[in-house]
Amino acid sequence: MDFLQQSINGLGLGAIYALIALGYTMVYGVLRFINFAHSDVLMLGAFAAFYLAPRLEQAFGPQSVPTVIGVFLLSALICACIGMTIERLAYRPLRNRPKLTVLITAIGVSLFIEFTCQNPRVFDSATRPFPKLIAEHQFQLGTLVVSSNDILVPVVTAVLLLAMWFIVQKTKIGTAMRAVSFNQSAASLMGVPVNRIISFTFGLGSALAAIAGILYSMKAPGIEPLMGVQPGLRAFVAAVLGGIGNLPGAVLGGILLGVLETFAGGIPGLSNYRDAIAFGILILILLFKPAGLLGRATVEKV
Amino acid sequence: MPFSGAKRWLFLGIVLAIAASYFTPHFNRYYLGVVIDVGIAIILATSLNLINGHTGQFSLGHAGFMAVGGYLSAWISLKIGVTPHAAWFFPLSLLAGGLLAAFVGLLVGVPSLRLRGDYLAIVTLGFGEIIRVIAQNTDAIGAASGLKGIPKYASLGWTFGLAAVTIYVITSLVNSTYGRGFIAVHDDEIAAESNGVDTTRTKVIAFVTGAFFAGIAGGLYAHHKQFISPTGFDWLKSIDIVVMVILGGMGRTAGVVAAAILLTLLPELLRDFAEYRMIIYALLIILLMLLRPGGLFTFNLKKRRVA
Repeated sequence: MDFLQQSINGLGLGAIYALIALGYTMVYGVLRFINFAHSDVLMLGAFAAFYLAPRLEQAFGPQSVPTVIGVFLLSALICACIGMTIERLAYRPLRNRPKLTVLITAIGVSLFIEFTCQNPRVFDSATRPFPKLIAEHQFQLGTLVVSSNDILVPVVTAVLLLAMWFIVQKTKIGTAMRAVSFNQSAASLMGVPVNRIISFTFGLGSALAAIAGILYSMKAPGIEPLMGVQPGLRAFVAAVLGGIGNLPGAVLGGILLGVLETFAGGIPGLSNYRDAIAFGILILILLFKPAGLLGRATVEKV
Repeated sequence: MPFSGAKRWLFLGIVLAIAASYFTPHFNRYYLGVVIDVGIAIILATSLNLINGHTGQFSLGHAGFMAVGGYLSAWISLKIGVTPHAAWFFPLSLLAGGLLAAFVGLLVGVPSLRLRGDYLAIVTLGFGEIIRVIAQNTDAIGAASGLKGIPKYASLGWTFGLAAVTIYVITSLVNSTYGRGFIAVHDDEIAAESNGVDTTRTKVIAFVTGAFFAGIAGGLYAHHKQFISPTGFDWLKSIDIVVMVILGGMGRTAGVVAAAILLTLLPELLRDFAEYRMIIYALLIILLMLLRPGGLFTFNLKKRRVA
């Protein structure tokens, strides 16, 4: 029974990683670079919700449906704007530069957001309690204890995965995204507005990060400017594990990682090595199956 | 002068460093500390420059190798304890730290150097973090609280003498017939391979050499600060070293040394703006990448590809 209980807890955690990993994968799919600042957008999403929640609660009443939906939508919108701004200012000027230049810029952007938010005049580095957005219920199923959060998070992840899949595969803008991912200059010659598509992808990815940030904060003891670093790192590993650039792969990787981490946390000697385990998995995957579980191997042509 | 060319500079550097260390008792302790910091930064940046600059392999785990060397040499010094000639073992403990770091570099390098670009960067970052997590959980080396009371052996003479040796070894290596392989790998791996350069071997040698000197720098750091803990070797430290290499211009030794000096002094100068120091630092990285990706001191005299 303990095994089942751990699996359920792991699923709840893994679904959040999956949601963050979706954002990483979307951006990687189109631009082929790792957006290090993704984990900080997640943190900004949590802070947006932190400041929005009391105001919306005044207007619509605490824990009411419009409040919850309003908080999620507005935070996602704010983060989408932030993501697009980051892309416009820091990444777009580097479009045709070597990959590593962009990677270092992304690290720079990430550090900039983290240190700015830690400044006492912005958010300060203290941990603050996150408002109770949704009432949490505990269900007793035999000896199993299932929290309503552990059901809500996987459902939200599944819905958003389907939505993303629909956007990418079935809509016109999704076709354009795939075209940009396949060959930027050819897409541009066919009349695809490449810059606008990339901007849209960043917006979408950042909105996902905001939602993941709020869901993560509901479980975490509180929010602080560095809260995104740990889940961001795990989600990145999850994205690579599933095959970066692959939407279902990100979700699979996220859930696998969440379950593994929960089980590792249950073993006394291993719980201190959780960070090392995540990186260990990443290294093994990159060494033996660099394309990830669901990714396709590409052959390098000379 | 009995030596020629680069050897003369090496000789001069060591003599100057040892001569200067005779006067250190008269120096202000704070300034002396900063100057030794600068020397350690020079060793770190020059050794990373061999991997990231000359060979073009992007490593983000240099602080991990520094930690390995620092921990081993500090542990040896603490084991020897206070005996009449304990200081004589200092070079040996440094060497041991460097060798262990080189060995770890070999273990890390052989599998991960098959990867390229940002994947290699992530894997080396991961290895660096794993080293830190292991240090954090090993009781024999103090776990999270680190090692305290390490004897203060890292003098001005040792630090700058070793910095001179590092610069000398790495420049000579790159300028040798063999070392042209590093630059060939940097410029075009496939072309290098088809011209008979064993690219894997070349990359591993660059990595191991870089790790060795990072280990030496770690040993000096431990015997200078007299205290080390795992948090001092997190990935921000690796980023610090990477920024020195980029600021100086990848593969440009003089530029990298200048950047190491500048970036070590900058935080000391910005001490009054402590709140904004790291924000300025992050902005510096972004602006540098946007405006001067070839390095601060690189001017467009000859076109050089930046990878």
